[in-house]
Amino acid sequence: MAKAKVTFEDIEQTVNVPAGTRVIEVSEKIGAGIIYGCREGDCGTCMMHVTDGWNNLTEPSVLEEKILKENMASRHDRLACQAQVLGDCTVKPA
Amino acid sequence: MNGDIDVSRHCNAVEFADGVYWIGALDPTLRTFDIILSTANGTTYNAYLIRGSEGVAVVDTVKENFSDEFFARLESEVDYSEIKVIVLNHLEPDHTGALPELMRRAPQAKLHISQRATSMLKALLKPSSDAFAYTTVNTGDRVSLGDRTLSFLHTPFLHWPDTQCTYLEEEGILFSGDVFGCHYCDKRLFNDRVGDFRFSFDYYYAHIMRPFKKHVIDALKLIEPLTLKQIAPTHGPILRERPRRYVTHYRELSTSSLTREIGSDDHSLVIFYMSSYGNTARMAEEISEGAGGVAGVRVSIYDLEGGETEPFVDLIEEADALLFGSPTINGDAVKPVWDLLSSLAVVNLKGKIGGAFGSFGWSGEAVRMIEDRMRGLKMHIPHEGMRVKLIPTEEELDECRSFGRRIAEVLIGKRRERAVIDFAYLV
Ligand SMILES: Cc1cc2nc3c(=O)[nH]c(=O)nc-3n(C[C@H](O)[C@H](O)[C@H](O)COP(=O)(O)O)c2cc1C
Ligand code: FES
Ligand SMILES: [Fe+2]
Ligand SMILES: [Fe+2]
Repeated sequence: MAKAKVTFEDIEQTVNVPAGTRVIEVSEKIGAGIIYGCREGDCGTCMMHVTDGWNNLTEPSVLEEKILKENMASRHDRLACQAQVLGDCTVKPA
Repeated sequence: MNGDIDVSRHCNAVEFADGVYWIGALDPTLRTFDIILSTANGTTYNAYLIRGSEGVAVVDTVKENFSDEFFARLESEVDYSEIKVIVLNHLEPDHTGALPELMRRAPQAKLHISQRATSMLKALLKPSSDAFAYTTVNTGDRVSLGDRTLSFLHTPFLHWPDTQCTYLEEEGILFSGDVFGCHYCDKRLFNDRVGDFRFSFDYYYAHIMRPFKKHVIDALKLIEPLTLKQIAPTHGPILRERPRRYVTHYRELSTSSLTREIGSDDHSLVIFYMSSYGNTARMAEEISEGAGGVAGVRVSIYDLEGGETEPFVDLIEEADALLFGSPTINGDAVKPVWDLLSSLAVVNLKGKIGGAFGSFGWSGEAVRMIEDRMRGLKMHIPHEGMRVKLIPTEEELDECRSFGRRIAEVLIGKRRERAVIDFAYLV
């Protein structure tokens, strides 16, 4: 299966993951600083900032776009419970 | 003025600045609020009315079962058709209970809420929400009532993500929402008339605002530059006598005192342990030795047997790293450890460094369980905990020192685990 590297900037840790893995699955296991609430794309708690490889995450759904907007996301912010890793990227808590 | 205020004896609006009225409700018998808060003398749900030359604004409403009192006070002063603006500083049901009915009676009024409140509005007011016209406002946005102007301050997380404050420019009144509030019910309504509410004010801060200190400081940056003649919160007395004292007090409560003690360059690492035969205690001492040897790290060590939860919570709030030591007793960590770990809802632990250690006899579950709990509290666990079977050997004590040192190095940012891990190896 295709692999990708996701780097958590706050704890300076990189993890090799199978393509399609959700960021939440990885960040929770290694104890990165992104925090979670509902875990289903509704509360906006898990907002993260993508510092590198913005295009290597799955496109945000209409619902995610809406929650991002409501939470005043800046450019290149995503919900970690929704975004799936497709290629190398670097993220940190928003 | 107001020498004989007693709002429990009537259901009229109470004017406290030119054209500005309190139209809230008293709830003197309430003893528990939101499950976590107790109050020895009830609370108030404060709502306000502002009359401008070109329309009326209502700021917040009350809890649903207090609607009658709210509507009676409102009707004593205005007609529903005059209401042009409804501001919701916070959508919790204690302030939006009367909203659906108010919207029904004043359908022309436009809701002014924060951006983050929009999804809550729908979730809170489910069936009736479709018809609500609202506009979202942010810091700097203003709405005019003719000779009166309301401006908005984006102050999220001063209880919920949606919270905001509203400022009446011409009168210098800040409608602050839950901020600067307290659960204190007094029919005399104003801070210079009511009983001694200092305890309630601090208690409320400690339970509602403290977990969000960072947000409090952000909000204070917006509030402090304002000319403040009065502060009108959603609970407790209206602060009309020297309101700035309360702003200063919030500033003090939100500022770290440890930084002043040890200086902002030092990092604080606190070790808590419990030990029946002294094995876990030995480990704690050696870990402390190891960590304390790293320049820039100040170690404090506490035996949980000799302390109470409350002051320990204070220590934890200001610590940069926390280590918990517990023997395994009946397959679990000991109760004082859990007591402390379950009392941390009032502090923000996100990103603090954590670790666990302990002696055990045969199964040794305690260390892993503590680590899991710390992860649940959003702490970062950089190193797997130290477990020692029964009495630690010299070699194991060496390892304890090394464990302490490694944690301390992560703390000062010297040691970074840069290696790429494979997802499959993460458990
Ligand atoms: C009542 C009791 C129950 C215990 N239960 C367990 C257990 O379930 N699993 C285990 O690994 N050790 C168990 N132990 C052993 C202790 O963890 C062990 O003696 C340890 O070294 C005590 O460390 P301390 O001196 O720091 O208290 C138990 C000990 C006692 C006295
Ligand atoms: S955790 Fe709630 S949106 Fe991701
Ligand atoms: Fe609230
Ligand atoms: Fe409230």
